[in-house]
Amino acid sequence: MANYSTNEFKGGLKVMLDGDPCSIVENEYVKPGKGQAFNRVKLRNLMTGRVWERTFKSGESLEGADVMELEMEYLYTDGEMWHFMKTDGSFEQYAVEKKALGDTEKWLKEQAAYTVTLWNDNAIAVAAPNFIELEVVETDPGLKGDTAQGGSKPATLSSGAVVRVPLFINQGEVLKIDTRSGEYVSRA
Amino acid sequence: MTASWQPTADMETLRARARLIAKVRAFFVERDVLEVETPILGQGGSTDVHLVSLATLARTGRGQRKLWLQTSPEFHMKRLLAAGSGPIFQLAKSFRDGEVGARHNLEFTMLEWYRPGFSLAKLIDETTTLVANVLPSYAGPVTHYRYRELFHTHLAIDPFTTSLEMLRSLAAEHGQMPAKSLAGESRDTCLDLLMSMVIEPRLGQHELSVVVDYPASQAALARRHQDADGEWVASRFELYLNGIELANGYDELTDAEEQRLRFTEDNAERCRLGLTEVDMDEQLLAALESGMPESAGVALGLDRLIQLALGKARLEDVLTFSTPNC
Repeated sequence: MANYSTNEFKGGLKVMLDGDPCSIVENEYVKPGKGQAFNRVKLRNLMTGRVWERTFKSGESLEGADVMELEMEYLYTDGEMWHFMKTDGSFEQYAVEKKALGDTEKWLKEQAAYTVTLWNDNAIAVAAPNFIELEVVETDPGLKGDTAQGGSKPATLSSGAVVRVPLFINQGEVLKIDTRSGEYVSRA
Repeated sequence: MTASWQPTADMETLRARARLIAKVRAFFVERDVLEVETPILGQGGSTDVHLVSLATLARTGRGQRKLWLQTSPEFHMKRLLAAGSGPIFQLAKSFRDGEVGARHNLEFTMLEWYRPGFSLAKLIDETTTLVANVLPSYAGPVTHYRYRELFHTHLAIDPFTTSLEMLRSLAAEHGQMPAKSLAGESRDTCLDLLMSMVIEPRLGQHELSVVVDYPASQAALARRHQDADGEWVASRFELYLNGIELANGYDELTDAEEQRLRFTEDNAERCRLGLTEVDMDEQLLAALESGMPESAGVALGLDRLIQLALGKARLEDVLTFSTPNC
């Protein structure tokens, strides 16, 4: 991979830092009145999702990271690995570990499309679509007529996630959920 | 990236900018300081190790020459002083390759002026008076700090005597860098990091702050003298407002021999670091040799002053077209 100097750092650039692939979030050039200039850089560690802040001398460089984000369809899990397939018509499949799946595990639905981050062709992260439609598999019976007033109850969805839903929702209904906040949006 | 032809500043800002510049000019006219215009291109450039100069090849009347774009109008203005100009000021386009950020633009406007016969203290007074004139809301008292005192207050160390090892580990800690990344770095690099990351952001909060008595190694084109503690320091000041460095002033070095030595040392350091050597300005050296009056001079980032006056977040907000957009 190519090396990138601090003046080429910009949001979204993928570089290697301390052995982990990172995505540059922010790069600020700082310089005292006279003397050495520095770059204060925020980077997201793509393995852990954590944001690091690090100072570099201006002109220092980092090795680029071979990172790609691809759209893939979720197929199934064998209990140990989770299997996804590229949506580009190649039918190429990738097995994802639980660690890489992270929180997205609770938003998995067969045949739905996810963004899979590959580093050196290994899946290191999976992001759910912002909105997903999932079926309610368990919740207290719905209250008839209660469509206006507030109040909510927990509902377990087909993916295993538990979300707060309005009182009128029944088992078997399909709901639209915002995966970023984990909140109910509407009936699908 | 889609090409945007639009200015980076809005029209209202550009009108306010013009009014502020008129105010600056009036300030100097009133004090009988002559406005001058000197060339942007020169046969010599700034050897400063931390500045990256741009250069261009030009067919001059004397054949093809490599000409340097100025990083400040200092050398030409000093030649005028040596020629007997008396006090002079200039609004000069200056260029520093790679310097782009919230407070930097590769091409920027430097307000630079020289006062023959002024002491550094007298020039500090004039500089803060000018700034208070343009920014009436900061017309209050000016706080003076010594470089050493700032490191005592904010980092509990003495910048002159603390061991290099300690400086490296402190700098690494504050830069959130692994300890090894500063191995081999000089005292000045570590001090620069601590100054930029820890001290500068806290300087001049809602008031003008002046810093003096920089280490002698950071003198650039200023004289050196022994301070009250007997330490050799640079006869130089910096002016800060809201954590932003606004101006850098010197009791100017007028000794041609000492000046040549500093240029030569800079170029040797450039070689060591694998940087391009810069042609030293022989005409400036000749002017110093013929005799430049004792002077104090200061360079002030005009765009930053306007940015502060108008409360803008980024320098590009007060520029017609910032470099990435030019």
